[in-house]
Amino acid sequence: MSLFIDTVLRLAGWLLLAPLIPGVINKVKAWVAGRRGPPVFQLYYDLAKLWRKGVVLSHVVSPMHVAGVAVGWVALVGAAMLLPLGEGGLAFRGDAILFVYLLAVARFCTALAALDTGSAFEGMGAAREVSYAVLAEVAVITGLVALAVESGSLSLSTMLTPSPGAGVALLGAGLFIVLLAENCRVPFDDPNTHLELTMVHEVMVLDHSGPPLAAVLHGASLKLLIFSVLLAEAVLPLGAMPAWAAAAALAGAVLAIAIGVGLVESFLARFAFRRVPLLLTTAFLLCLFALLTAWKGSEFGVTESSVAERGAPAAEPFFGWRP
Amino acid sequence: MNANTSSTAVLGNGSAVAWRDVPELPVQQLVDLAAGQIENGGRLCAWFGVNEPAGVRIVAVIAQDAENALLVARSEPFSGGYEALTPRHAQAHLFERELWEQHGIEPRGHPWLKPVRRDRGDGPAVVDFYRVEGSEIHEVAVGPVHAGIIEPGHFRFQCAGEEVLHLEIALGYQHRGIEEALVNGPDRRTWSRVETIAGDSTVAHATAHALVMEALANVEAPLKAQWLRAIGLELERVANHTGDLGALANDVAFLPTSSACGKFRGEFLNLTALICGNRFGRGLVRAGGSRFDVDTARSKRFAEQLRAARAGVEEAAGWLWDAASVRARFEGTGMVTGEQAAEIGLVGPAARACGLVRDVRYDHPAGWHRFAQVPVAVWPGGDVFARARVRWLEIQRSGAFLEEQIEGAPEGEERVAMPEPGPDTLAVALVEGWRGETCHVALTGARGEFRRYKVVDPSFHNWTGLALALRGQAISDFPLCNKSFNLSYCGFDV
Repeated sequence: MSLFIDTVLRLAGWLLLAPLIPGVINKVKAWVAGRRGPPVFQLYYDLAKLWRKGVVLSHVVSPMHVAGVAVGWVALVGAAMLLPLGEGGLAFRGDAILFVYLLAVARFCTALAALDTGSAFEGMGAAREVSYAVLAEVAVITGLVALAVESGSLSLSTMLTPSPGAGVALLGAGLFIVLLAENCRVPFDDPNTHLELTMVHEVMVLDHSGPPLAAVLHGASLKLLIFSVLLAEAVLPLGAMPAWAAAAALAGAVLAIAIGVGLVESFLARFAFRRVPLLLTTAFLLCLFALLTAWKGSEFGVTESSVAERGAPAAEPFFGWRP
Repeated sequence: MNANTSSTAVLGNGSAVAWRDVPELPVQQLVDLAAGQIENGGRLCAWFGVNEPAGVRIVAVIAQDAENALLVARSEPFSGGYEALTPRHAQAHLFERELWEQHGIEPRGHPWLKPVRRDRGDGPAVVDFYRVEGSEIHEVAVGPVHAGIIEPGHFRFQCAGEEVLHLEIALGYQHRGIEEALVNGPDRRTWSRVETIAGDSTVAHATAHALVMEALANVEAPLKAQWLRAIGLELERVANHTGDLGALANDVAFLPTSSACGKFRGEFLNLTALICGNRFGRGLVRAGGSRFDVDTARSKRFAEQLRAARAGVEEAAGWLWDAASVRARFEGTGMVTGEQAAEIGLVGPAARACGLVRDVRYDHPAGWHRFAQVPVAVWPGGDVFARARVRWLEIQRSGAFLEEQIEGAPEGEERVAMPEPGPDTLAVALVEGWRGETCHVALTGARGEFRRYKVVDPSFHNWTGLALALRGQAISDFPLCNKSFNLSYCGFDV
């Protein structure tokens, strides 16, 4: 019963808090530009408005157009539930792999729903989205492998709670770039643009309306929160803190990441498309060096102490590697 | 000048000639004459038809910038067709298509003869696009309804992946028939029509119209009015260029400059309102002078607000130029070479950003610009960066001009009484609006009424430049290139 309540509380937390992050980012951007900006809760109002609206469907679309959005949203919620928040929760060996696949399923479904309209714009947006993803996913997977090697586990709850190794700065920088790319923020995409031809994510959802659009927007904010939490937990030694301090540190870190995204968007111009692979490759390399540090660093005793502290042998072997 | 000069009437900017004194040539000779003049450094300012009982006459207005001369010639009335000028000089291509659309005269040998504003029915010219064939090629159609609140226009891209192979632009959605409506004027509606040819170039079009009217009536506006028109024109330039710098920053998601420039554009518009009560300068310019005067107290306030706004723009533009990410985005994007620009007859900042020294205020000065000059702003390169730099140079130079001029109003009246326009007269006026050369040509009939009124907005010359700039670019760079030209849809559509 307590597991049930625990799960419901987690779910509610993820779903209700997610729309806050874009609100914070927009507030920071407005503040830097000297404007008052929309309220922090604007996305909640928008979602409520969209939920009450009807759906306009093109007569050429198949049921996939709406189903893709629904499946994508559910996949994101599933991915969120896999991320550890304190004790308990959903955790099993290999859930990190499921996490990556759920994110991929969400993207696949959004792209499929976009292609379903047959519009040149949405096809273009889907093509861009998946070509970014080819590089961004490699970086995420490399980052997760670095954490797996570091902790000797393939379960997110073990990978993310212990204190990280020496590659933390590399991993943090790499994952932050991936966060910007995966969530279509500047310098990869401009979430505020009204120009169809430059859009990536927005153009894929141009033909959605009403509740499906609400699901798309909510899913996007959820994804932003997922990546913020992933980044915060991968970087901060939350496992070594008391529960209340870990919770406060996590909340603070997520807020700081949102503010960071807002500042990046305020002071950086968007990149030309041809430069994007360069930056994503940089993110991959950062994560790769974090992996190398985690892997080879222990041979030089860099992470010996942290490994000793947490009594690592409890973790299962990975790639035949043992701390 | 070459031997052909005797077969043209040589006019200065803002002057008139009796219709019977405009040399009359067989049409094919007129084409040869125009081709020869363009080869000798001339530019086609206007090429339009005038209905006659015996057919249609073509009137050509060619600017010889180096000689400060406007050459005017006309053909004998004819019907049917003629061997087109376009194969010899590409800058004539839209003029000849327009002639075909308006008068049914066929320019034979025109490589891409299709309507300019309307199809064969009554709708805009969305017909027969150039197509690239191939299994890897996809066609993207954008507009006329856009995702933002902008004017309607249709853009057809032929793409291989992200790369644009060809862009064709179809306009005409805002064709209001202004040229036809002005015929039989001037009347009480004339000024409203002229001032709304392109709302953001109100002062440029109004000044061109006023120059035409004064040339027809053979009067000159008092110095005070010429001074005020120059101030209105430069204010319009500074305001629009400031807005464009902000919009360019917005298109690359660089927020600080985008927000600040939006504010300062408003400040410059407010300065226009301080003079004439309207932020876009409506009602400022009238034939025979101006309806407004600027007293000492107001010129003081003007100078104060101008200094504050200029300092603000200076700071906001500084952020833009200092940001490496912006520079990386602007440089090498949307390239038009100097040769292409000369060939298709670009005007205004778009031409000057290709290194062409081409500015009506310098080449054909009229009004106050004869006495007080603004240095011509030129930047080589032809990319988005160059167009942004030219705009910034013009903001600085026109701003300095305004600060210097506002304190030095000439003495005297601001308006003189206007006699009736002379009968059977042709008048030509060029004004360097913020987008470039704004050309008005008026031909009066026996009672001094407008028999034909031709408006050539700078956008008419420059839309082809945008299409060329996109060749080989990524399609995602289109909005940025489009904004760097910032052409008028309604000015083109008239």
